Formats: sequence, C-alpha cells, structure tokens
Amino acid sequence: MQLARAFLIRLLTTLVTLFGVAVIVFFVIRVVPGNPIAMMLPPGASDADIARLKALYGFDKSIPQQFVIWLSGVLHGDFGTSITRRQPVLDLVLNRLPATIELAGMALIIATIIGGFLALTGTRLRGTKTEAAIDVGSGMALSIPDFLWGLLMILLFGVLWPVLDISGRVTPSLQLPFTTQFYLTESVLRLRFDLWRDIAGHMLMPALALAIPLSAIIGQLLKQSLKETMHLDYVTLARTKGYGENHVILREALRNAILPTLTLIGVQFTFLIGGTVIVERLFSYEGLGNMAIDAVINRDLPLIQGIVIVFALLFTLINLAVDMCYALLNPRLRHG
Amino acid sequence: MQLSRRTLLQLSAAGAALSVASVALPAFAAIDELVIAYNVPLPSWDPTTGPSAVNPTIQAIYLSVFDRFIGQKPDLKPEPGILTEWGWNEDKTKIHMTVRDGMKWHDGSALTAEDVVWSLTRAADEKTGNPIQFIWSTIGNLKADGNKITGDVIRFDPTVFMWMYFLTGFVMPKAYYEKVGAEGFEKAPIGSGPYMVDKFEPNAFVRLKAFPDYWGGKAEFETVTIKFVTDPAARVAEVEGGNAHVTLEIPYEEYDRLKGGGKLVGTAEPISDIGMIFINDIDPMLDANVRKAAVMAIDKQLIIDRLLSGYGVPIDTLETPDYTAYDPSIKTPHDPAAAAELLKSSGYGPDKPVKFTIQTTKGFKPKDYEMVQAIVGLWRKIGIEAEIEVYEIAKHYELRAADKLAPMAFYNWGNSIGDPTTSTGFAMFGPSPHSVWDGKDLIDMIAPLWGEKDEDKRIAGWKAVDKFIAENALVLPLLQYVQPIIAAPGVIVTPHKSGALLPYLMKRG
Repeated sequence: MQLARAFLIRLLTTLVTLFGVAVIVFFVIRVVPGNPIAMMLPPGASDADIARLKALYGFDKSIPQQFVIWLSGVLHGDFGTSITRRQPVLDLVLNRLPATIELAGMALIIATIIGGFLALTGTRLRGTKTEAAIDVGSGMALSIPDFLWGLLMILLFGVLWPVLDISGRVTPSLQLPFTTQFYLTESVLRLRFDLWRDIAGHMLMPALALAIPLSAIIGQLLKQSLKETMHLDYVTLARTKGYGENHVILREALRNAILPTLTLIGVQFTFLIGGTVIVERLFSYEGLGNMAIDAVINRDLPLIQGIVIVFALLFTLINLAVDMCYALLNPRLRHG
Repeated sequence: MQLSRRTLLQLSAAGAALSVASVALPAFAAIDELVIAYNVPLPSWDPTTGPSAVNPTIQAIYLSVFDRFIGQKPDLKPEPGILTEWGWNEDKTKIHMTVRDGMKWHDGSALTAEDVVWSLTRAADEKTGNPIQFIWSTIGNLKADGNKITGDVIRFDPTVFMWMYFLTGFVMPKAYYEKVGAEGFEKAPIGSGPYMVDKFEPNAFVRLKAFPDYWGGKAEFETVTIKFVTDPAARVAEVEGGNAHVTLEIPYEEYDRLKGGGKLVGTAEPISDIGMIFINDIDPMLDANVRKAAVMAIDKQLIIDRLLSGYGVPIDTLETPDYTAYDPSIKTPHDPAAAAELLKSSGYGPDKPVKFTIQTTKGFKPKDYEMVQAIVGLWRKIGIEAEIEVYEIAKHYELRAADKLAPMAFYNWGNSIGDPTTSTGFAMFGPSPHSVWDGKDLIDMIAPLWGEKDEDKRIAGWKAVDKFIAENALVLPLLQYVQPIIAAPGVIVTPHKSGALLPYLMKRG
C-alpha cells in the first residue's frame, strides 16, 4: 500500500518534471542565437520572403503563442513536423528510440559483466599485484572519455585489424524481416542468428566505448562494497563454518554488497543514454543521439523539443523504475 | 583425431590470419558494390523544399536520384539534360524549352513536358516552401505542347536558366507526387536520375540501384551504398580498413598520408567554394585605411601552405578562376609595409593598435579557426589587435541576416553555377540578407546589373564591381578550397567543380 502510494507520488512529480523540461527547452532553444529560417534563407531573399518562410513554419507568432499551440498538439499526441526531415516528430523519435535503447542496454550488460568480474577478481585477490593492476586499469578506463575509447577501437578493429564494422547499425545489403526497430531483440526472437551476428557486430564497438568507463565505475563501487561486507560478522561466521573464499564472496557477501551497485547501475543507465549522443555520431549509428546532433546543427526546433522530451521521459521513468526496484529488493524500505 | 596444444595454437593462428585477410581483401578485389563514406547525412528526399534543398553538401545524393532541368558538366558549364534546348525570345519577354524524348521515371512511367511544367509551377508557388521561389516566380504561364514548353517572363532575371542546374532546380514526378503526397514521397522517393533508391536508413546509409532506363546510359556500378560517416577520422578508417571504396573531405594531412601509402589513390581539385571574411561597415571598418591594411597584411599563400598543406588557391575577389566574371587583372597584393603605413596615417600602429572583433566558426570548414588565428597573428605585427569570437554557423546566419556581424567575420561561400550574382552579387548587395556592407555607392553599381539583358555588358559590370570592391577593401577574399577525395585503386573518380561527389561519374579502374 505504502509502495503504491509512493509510486503514485513519484508519477505525479514525473509529470511536473516533464512539464518543466518542456517549458525550459521550448523557451531556451528559441532564445539562443541561430534560427532555422536564417539558415534556409535563399540568396536573394527579400523581407517579404523572410516573412513568408516564418509564417510557413509558424515562427511569425509570439513565443508564448507558439508554446500554447505546441503544447496543445503534444497533449493530442502531435509533436509537430520536423523542419528538415518533413515528417512527424513523434514518428521520427519513436523510430530511432529502440536503436538507442538497445545500444545503451548492450553497453550496460557489457559494463556490468566486466565491472562485476573485475570487482570479484579484485576482492578474491585483494592485496595482490592483480588487484593493483585492476585498480590502475579502472583508473585508466575512467579517465579516458567514451568517444576517445571509440576512436581507439576504430583504429584497432577498423583499421589495424579490420574485423568489425565501423559505421551503421546493420550491413546495407541485408534484407531485414523485422516489424519493429528493436533489431537485436527481434533477430533473437525470430531465431535469425545470422542477422543477430551482423547487428551485434555493428553494435559492439560503440557499446564497448560506452561500457568501458562505466565498467570501471561499477567495478570500483562493487569492490568497495564487497570489501566492507567482507568484514561483517556474518561473513566471518561463514568463514568459521569452513566455507571457501569463493563461496563466501559469491554466496554470502555479494548479496548484500550488490544493492548500492544496482542503484548506481540504474542511475548510470540514464547517463549512458546521454552518452550515446557523441558515440552514435562517431559510429554513424542510427539512434536518437545521432539524430539529436543533426537537429541541433540544423536548428530543427520541433525535432529538438521532441527528442529532449523523450530523453527526459526516459530518464524519469528509469529513475522511477530504479527506485521501485530498490524498494522491492530492500526489506527495510519495503516494510517502511 | 587428437589435437595437441601446439596444433590447436597453429590452427588458431592460421584461422586468425585468414579472417584478417578476408576482411582486408574487398578494397583491392573487383568491386561489385561501390561503397562511399559520405560526410553529411541526408535529412529529406524532396530536393526542392525546406532547408535540405539549399544545402550544397547533399546535392550529390539528390543528383544521383533526380535530374535537374539542365545538366551541368564537371567544369560547371551547362549541358543538355532533361531540357535539350532553352532560351529567351529576342526581347526577353518569353522563354522556350524543349524536353528530351523517351525519358522515364523510376516507376517506369514516362517523364513528359507536363512534369517539367508542374515542377516549375510548383517551385514558384510560395505555399510549397521552395526557398528559391523568388527566382522561379520570375517566369510563369508555362504551357506544354508536345515536348515544347513556352512561358512568359514575369520579371527578367538573367540567371533563371542557371538556377535550372543549381539549388532546387530538380524535375519532380507530377503523377507520383500527387498520388503519394509529401510524406509518402519521403518514404518512397522516385526520380529520373541514374540511380533508384533501394534502401534508406536515415543517419546511416542509402543504398542505390542503377536505373536501367536512365536516359544518359546505365551507371557503371550496379549497386552503390552511401554511408553517412560524419566524423572525418571514421571516414579515414572506413577507406583504410577497406569498408568503403571512396571518401571525401578528410584532413589534408590524412589525404597526403593515405595517398602516399600507395594502396589508395586520390584527387585534390579546386572546387567552387571559397573562404572569405565579411567586413561589416561599422566602426572601425568605416576607415578605408584600416580595411586596406587588414587585407594587405595577409599572406594568403603562406596560410595555405602552412595550414592547408598547400591545398588551396589564393583569391583576390569573390570570383574563382572558374567563375564567369573572373578577372585575373584584379590583385590585392600582400604588402605588410604598405599596410603599416596605411594604419600609421590613420593614427594606428603596434604601440597603439586598432581594435575590433573577428568572428569565426571552429571546425566547420578545414582549419577555419586556425586560419583566423594566423591572420590575427599577421595583423598584430602591423598594429591591428583583433579579438577572436567563435560561434556556430547557425548564429552566423542569424547575425548576417540581421546585419549584426562583428566588424569582420569568416565564412565560406559556395557558388556552383559560377555566376557573379550568386557570389559577389548576393554577398555584397546591401539590401540582400546575406550582405553586411551597405554602402550606397556599391548598391548603385550593383542594382542595374540584376536585370541587365545584355550578357557581355552584365559580366563587364560585375567585373567593375569586383574591382571597386577590391580597391576599397570592402570584403576580404581568402582562398578557393580544394576538395580531397580518396579512393580504392579499383575506382576512377571524376571530381566535379561544384564539390558534388557523383557516383554516376565513377568508373571501374
């Protein structure tokens, strides 16, 4: 009951947050220099031509009037039409979102596996040279930003040892039988592992670039949590019962130590989605982030608004889900 | 069979070597599917409306799928295309055009004079959002009779036929467009060009298939994939790793390295784009001595050699040698001593420098910011202290349209028809939203040229304008850009002066 009430309150605050984001984005992108009309002005445009173009795209009205028109459209599911792509914004955004979610999801899985492995190895071999090497490696992974990892991987696996595809989401010559944009997921569901291999091959480098810094964060936090847990009484008791070190770490300590890491993973997932913007661009990956950069370069205001709202919605929903999961997993929170 | 550890290792090594070889091979084997790593993505398929229609960098993709009314040779000269003949009557009150017979759209239907009339009428209709509507509306009452088209000149514009091989000058399929509408056209575009759209993934790639019924003959490469790879380092990796056969717009140092490596071939030809610095007629640019000194202090060749690895052609006016009104006799020499004297006569010098702001983009064009840094360094020696302000290109457009640029602002100007109206004209005519020099004397010189019917007189007039601008330092022309193109040895690329990288012009090596 308490959980349901908390959920409802969070849902309401989410709506308020989204409205706030909508207001800020709408006004800010109209105030910053650079408008789409100036970018498409023909060489010999007269004042009348400029006025005509402004009216054509609805920029002849005051900003509050534009906001009201846009908001009423959004409430009816109409996010407007992209100026550069001449298609409904919502269609464009929903079409690209699955690619970004799959990329971020794959990066998260890779980061969790690498980070988890490093933390467990570091804990198991604590005080040895291996732990020191893991710490140094984690420091390096953290200090290099994801796009530089991307460039490094392009050099390694695209040029020196060209085994992975540098750009795109799928080989252009392949015929895709998919009905959704969740290519990777759908290829598994359809048991088309030939396609899965191609899609995963395209996704591997951008996903790794995103995952490496995150894996270091996960690894460090989990290792620290494990270290603290290893000194607790129940762990000592397990040792005195004669359990081996691997059993103590995996079966006893990990269950408690993983909770703060799970929260971090949830929070980092939102940052991961934000990080896709640059990485998608670098690898010409057809996700939402790549489209966002084009929208900003071309000052495609309706598209920028649509993308930001969707990103904001995604962030708040993920945070909500993380909070709910945490409450469910943590008995102290579950029972108030 | 039992595998020893040694055998297993040997087999693994052999397998790895084979896999590397098989991946690296395609760039050097016979090319079935041509892959181009292109520098900008294609946002929209309608080449006649919206911002994409006036974006010069994506015209090559449009030109692969659609035809313009009039063709354009790689040297920028017009050639028969969909129209085989065009012109005015004697007193230039009527126009006439002849449409080529036997052409087809990608869906197999016939391309007729009706399509041409519809395309021109639609372009002139302000409701369709054609950014060049102001040109297309200068002709009207178009009528098709067989393959002949006639029409009235509503307002004489000497460049109207040039625009038929320039931005938005494309022929669109009337029946198909009316059937599917704007949104349907975006999803499944058809044209009459050398390639048909097979598959399009925005921001990723477009896959094209050769159109067997193309009026100009079937393209050499049956399938062409254009990957949109916006990052220059990734484009270099695409060709170097054998994932793409051709790429363009890479750093000149990389171009030299790749070409020098012997595995790839390259061309670097001057194109119709120029780098220039706008001078706004606000203080201190109202002082002619300051302007002239700023121009004379710059060693353009030195900047090209040091920053662009020698790839660039210094220019003295806004006309390149390929433009119609180019006049080689107009020179703005590099003379720092004379520049210092001019500044001195206005009371400035290294101890008491004249101060102003210069705006520039950073990374929008090759070494744009670095070039401005070098210019500011050269100016400092003679007594000009310029502060660099970096801005986005979108802000440049807005400031320019509002006539609020800083006293100096770096920009690149493209003019792939080479006419003076679309270079000096729009850049320097005060009432144009693209000009920031509003001097009345220059406006009076340019105004009569817009409607000049005598072509020789018109070009001579523009040359006089360019001379006046150079003598009074009303703008600072810097260089004509050189476009680097790298290709696998199996592909012969014909560069186009407009900068459009056209798959149709590529042949097997």
